[in-house]
Amino acid sequence: MDIKIDVKHLNLFYAEKQALHDVSISLQSHQTTALIGPSGCGKSSFLRCLNRMNDIIPSARCEGQVILDGEDIYARSVDVVEVRTRVGMVFQKPNPFPRSIFENVAYGPRIHGLFKSKADLNDIVEGSLTRAALFNEVKDRLHQPATRLSGGQQQRLCIARAIAVNPEVILMDEPCSALDPIATAKVEELIDDLREKFTIVIVTHNLQQAARVSQKTAFFHSGYLVEEGETGALFTTPQDERTQGYITGRYG
Amino acid sequence: MLCALGAVVITIGIVVSLIGEAFRFFARVNVFDFIFGLNWAPHTLESGEEIGFGAIPLFTGTALITLIAMAVAVPCGVMVAVYLSEYASPKIRQTLKPLLETLAGIPTLVYGFFAVATLGPLIRDVAGFFNLSIASESALCAGLVMGVMILPYMSSLCEDALHSLPTTLREGSMGLGATPSETIIRVLLPAIFPSLMAAFLLSLSRAIGETMIVVMAAGLAANLSFNPFEAVTTVTVQIVSLLTGDQAFDNAKTLAAFGLGFVLFILTLFLNILALYGVKRYQRIYG
Ligand SMILES: Nc1ncnc2c1ncn2[C@@H]1O[C@H](COP(=O)(O)OP(=O)(O)OP(=O)(O)O)[C@@H](O)[C@H]1O
Ligand SMILES: [Mg+2]
Repeated sequence: MDIKIDVKHLNLFYAEKQALHDVSISLQSHQTTALIGPSGCGKSSFLRCLNRMNDIIPSARCEGQVILDGEDIYARSVDVVEVRTRVGMVFQKPNPFPRSIFENVAYGPRIHGLFKSKADLNDIVEGSLTRAALFNEVKDRLHQPATRLSGGQQQRLCIARAIAVNPEVILMDEPCSALDPIATAKVEELIDDLREKFTIVIVTHNLQQAARVSQKTAFFHSGYLVEEGETGALFTTPQDERTQGYITGRYG
Repeated sequence: MLCALGAVVITIGIVVSLIGEAFRFFARVNVFDFIFGLNWAPHTLESGEEIGFGAIPLFTGTALITLIAMAVAVPCGVMVAVYLSEYASPKIRQTLKPLLETLAGIPTLVYGFFAVATLGPLIRDVAGFFNLSIASESALCAGLVMGVMILPYMSSLCEDALHSLPTTLREGSMGLGATPSETIIRVLLPAIFPSLMAAFLLSLSRAIGETMIVVMAAGLAANLSFNPFEAVTTVTVQIVSLLTGDQAFDNAKTLAAFGLGFVLFILTLFLNILALYGVKRYQRIYG
């Protein structure tokens, strides 16, 4: 298996406060890696390091390397726009733009000029919505406002929007936390399908979900990466007692 | 409750008296002659005929100056808002924003004085340098200064709207590889469209209603002209000049002020309804 993203000695600071301590982990291509750990332990912060989303926060400062296909995304020569095109993101709360369903998905292809003709764009939009398992539900109202979809549909729309730019990696920060069990099941199924084409990193508070969708799991605790490994092994035979405590529900 | 009722009663009273006086005026001067007449030099002939009540030059003057003012205030206001909300550091924002808002509190007389004493002569001199002759009283001068005057309204309202947009919207766009400027143009500004509309309207009504700057900087001459380098006059200025002086109140000249006021009232009402409709429609689509 190839390594898609290799994180080496990553430290993250918000002003003076250190949020991540010397995190090193390798993420495999075409696998889903789940990030678990108690609230405030730095999962979101870590995820946002992987596509330089923390650049937006003025106080955030990061040290170490995040190597995407052999190139450090924090190197000076690297264009952050390209990084975020290759490493897409789906957020905890569905955040569709206040525009039509079609325009939401077309947004990325439009800004990156990924299509040659109108028909091309239609294909991209339809393909992305289909892959996000949403097309059948919305095909009659593509030009209606996205904000009128249900929460679960909005989240799948955000996934469609992310895959429309054809990224290599998709980061998901608790994508199901605002969804009901049925919508959650749909998104989980989707994650499993997407793995064939993309590398996926998902933050979740739901351990069953981590077990269901991921091949690798990493456990974070107060800014440290405590333990990582095959999902099955980590859940059945955790090496660290903090991991054991968390997955058996003793705290967290 | 009583206050609200009071406000409604007073508003109705104003409108009714405006309409009443306006109809007294239209009894003397033909409505069409008034609205479509090209010559504004109101006076009553010995024979008792009322002539020179053509309001078109006043409305074109208002339109011209308003257009210039809005051409300054809208783009600059939006850019100032975008800068303050999206690019400025919190410290700069906290200093500049109140400063900008105090600009809105400066009496328009001061702006007018600035127009007369500084900008007018400056425009004249610059034009002179290019061998053009522009009077120091011009629509351009009044429009520019008026634009600066209404800029804070525009920028302050837009800034508030931008600032209240959720960060998740910005992150969603940036997460797709959009640059900050793409995010602003394609996501944030469309998202605050209703507020933009409201800010635009407020600015527009300020510009249409503004009198002092025009009196001082653009003059009283009712020229039918779209040339920004000429002196023009506006509806509000003429209302003031018709009502000042010691004429009898049932004089056609005095009543003409109500005629002008009435037409202006209808126009702004229409503008507001149009904008309200636009915002409603937008919200129905994207709410
Ligand atoms: N913008 C920020 N500025 C300052 N500190 C922050 C910021 N974002 C996060 N932090 C801090 O960094 C630490 C890690 O936060 P993070 O959001 O990564 O946790 P998390 O594991 O995602 O938690 P949760 O499961 O609740 O989402 C927390 O202590 C938090 O207070
Ligand atoms: Mg989080």
